[in-house]
Amino acid sequence: MSRHTLSVLVENTPGVLARVAGLFSRRGFNIDSLAVGPTENADISRMSIVVTVEDQPLEQVTKQLNKLVNVIKIVELDPAAAVQRELLLVKVRADAATRSHVLETVGLFRAKVVDVAVDAVTIEATGTADKLAALIRVLEPFGIRELVQSGLVALNRGARSITDRSLRSAERSA
Amino acid sequence: MTDQVTGAQSLVRSLESVGAEVVFGIPGGTILPAYDPLFDSTALRHILVRHEQGAGHAATGYAAATGKVGVCMATSGPGATNLVTPITDAYMDSVPIVAVTGQVSRGVIGTDAFQEADIRGITMPVTKHSYLLTDPADIPRAIAEAFHIAGTGRPGPVLVDIPKDVLQAATCFDWPPRIHLPGYRPTLRPHARQVREAARLIATARRPVLYVGGGVIRARASAELAVLAELTGIPVVTTLMARGAFPDSHPQHLGMPGMHGTVAAVTAFQKCDLIIALGARFDDRVTGKLTTFAPYATVIHADVDPAEISKNRTADVPIVGDCREVITDLIVAVRAEYAAGHRADLTGWWKQCHSWRETYPLGYEEPPDGSLAPQYAIERLGRIAGPDAVYVAGVGQHQMWASQFISYEKPYTWLNSGGLGTMGYAVPAAMGAKVGRPDATVWAIDGDGCFQMTNQELVTCALNNIPIKVAIINNGSLGMVRQWQTLFYDRRYSNTDLHSKRIPDFVKLAEAMGCVGLRCETAAGVDAVIEKAMAINDAPVVIDFVVGQDAMVWPMVAAGASNDDIKVARDLAPDWDDDMAETGVHTTANSGGPGSPA
Repeated sequence: MSRHTLSVLVENTPGVLARVAGLFSRRGFNIDSLAVGPTENADISRMSIVVTVEDQPLEQVTKQLNKLVNVIKIVELDPAAAVQRELLLVKVRADAATRSHVLETVGLFRAKVVDVAVDAVTIEATGTADKLAALIRVLEPFGIRELVQSGLVALNRGARSITDRSLRSAERSA
Repeated sequence: MTDQVTGAQSLVRSLESVGAEVVFGIPGGTILPAYDPLFDSTALRHILVRHEQGAGHAATGYAAATGKVGVCMATSGPGATNLVTPITDAYMDSVPIVAVTGQVSRGVIGTDAFQEADIRGITMPVTKHSYLLTDPADIPRAIAEAFHIAGTGRPGPVLVDIPKDVLQAATCFDWPPRIHLPGYRPTLRPHARQVREAARLIATARRPVLYVGGGVIRARASAELAVLAELTGIPVVTTLMARGAFPDSHPQHLGMPGMHGTVAAVTAFQKCDLIIALGARFDDRVTGKLTTFAPYATVIHADVDPAEISKNRTADVPIVGDCREVITDLIVAVRAEYAAGHRADLTGWWKQCHSWRETYPLGYEEPPDGSLAPQYAIERLGRIAGPDAVYVAGVGQHQMWASQFISYEKPYTWLNSGGLGTMGYAVPAAMGAKVGRPDATVWAIDGDGCFQMTNQELVTCALNNIPIKVAIINNGSLGMVRQWQTLFYDRRYSNTDLHSKRIPDFVKLAEAMGCVGLRCETAAGVDAVIEKAMAINDAPVVIDFVVGQDAMVWPMVAAGASNDDIKVARDLAPDWDDDMAETGVHTTANSGGPGSPA
């Protein structure tokens, strides 16, 4: 089994997230993470989906996704040729005695503090899944009160865009 | 043209404009606004069914018999959920239908309002696409897109769910609407290089088989298939969904493959060196145990749905395209191969195929208790009604016998529920077929179990001048389930005895529903009762064929077993030793196979 990152361009219509998520579950695949948001074109949303699956079933699920009428394009991103980021917000116990240690960790990971209370700080960090996991490990001894992580988002490196061609063809067929 | 109308008027005019002729449905609270302008429509014939499931299967039968998009209509909540089975059925068998459902008004969606059901959510896994319209201006576009999506590419069901207040709202009707489907571009033209590669394999294979699936029917490619088959001289098998795509009487036809296929068709797969799959999907009922299926075969797989290719069996030469276009291109490419002098000799292969066909023809034994053999009744029905009649089966033993013992010569003469296996399909689907092809004789061949699920649509038939004919193969039990109990559950007949030789009285039931009811219990009476039914054309006819309870469907490949372990009767496997030695096919990779004792 290996991890794959799929970038899926979809029409920005109601129900499209349910269609995509439902397809994964009924074909027996677990989604590791999913992030969805608008793109430079208001009619099109982009989903970043991370799945752990063998190559053969991945091909099948990609083909099934392509059959969804609202799905415009699917591209698998090669981690070596793509920028991949997740966002972490984590609330850590930090009183007068430990605060300076916590802030030192924040600095080391190039994270930042976005909220401060008497006995806790909330830290924002972005990065790869590995980096965020390392940060969490280091923060754990201080006491993590709660944390939330976004799904992974990714873009291919270089000047090319996966949206250009599909948008042009979308306009053509209109 | 832009007119001020209500959403309901827009819906009816959209259906008229898109070319729909018939709507099968039942009104109810939320769809009521649509039924008012429907009342005035002269272009649309609405047929008031007795259960929404009947509407759905009727739309499917209409579509499968005509190739046009079928339409069914229901109200929200239970009306819509009653459509779920026929929608799923159409999805599994790639039948183009559009289901229009009423929905509760926009303001109360999500409040568990009276007769509210999230039918779009419920049907998402079983529709090709679906709409929940929140703006009446979208109605023409949604209807046009729904018909386009349902009928093109790999056909399938599309649901259009319309809230009541959207139907009541004032809007503009514009036709034709602007269709905008950037994510829907089915590939119809096959890739030339793939076709050439396929032709090269076809010309040089020594033991090839044409594996013809329902896609050939949906693509209307029977004429092209006949040309390809006769050009190449390759043996043809037609799946349950493809019966009629290639004439049964054709000398190249080996019959149906699969769980209850002919020995020749099943064995040809197991021994062949090339499978040319056309609009087929390597279903588990065809392949048996997948890992032992066609062990020597290279696979050419042509299908309009890319997701079918290499889903179950890896394709060596994948071809995405419409079957008719693929076959047309293959004919040209194969001719070029032959012209270049590439052509394998199939004489030895045909000698084997002939021997399987001659040694193990389809057949049945007369019941020892002297009761009527169900196969005989079905066989005579096929002979008397002939190759121009449309035969519509339910699901179970009678379905298999109808596929085995009727000779199908033309496409669109065999309708059944293959993928979902929906008991109760036959009567409403036959009704839809008859509406679509009023000049054809339409026979539903149904089991007594199936018939009791949807027979109320005979009322619809009687009242709407839809004179279908129904042959109930009444063995008093859920026959196929009983057969499995006989074979795999030590003859413990748990809950499969329906007692339907006693109750209900199908003749009286038929008469109560405005049909002619007939009964036949002996072989001697079969021809006369069928001829009597054939002569009645002003009312639906039901024949209750009371048949033996113990007849079984053979041959059989048990579920999950290898095709190599086909049985021609209980505990009786074909004996291959002679013809294997004679023709020299390798069976070394297949040591547990046909040569071994059962």
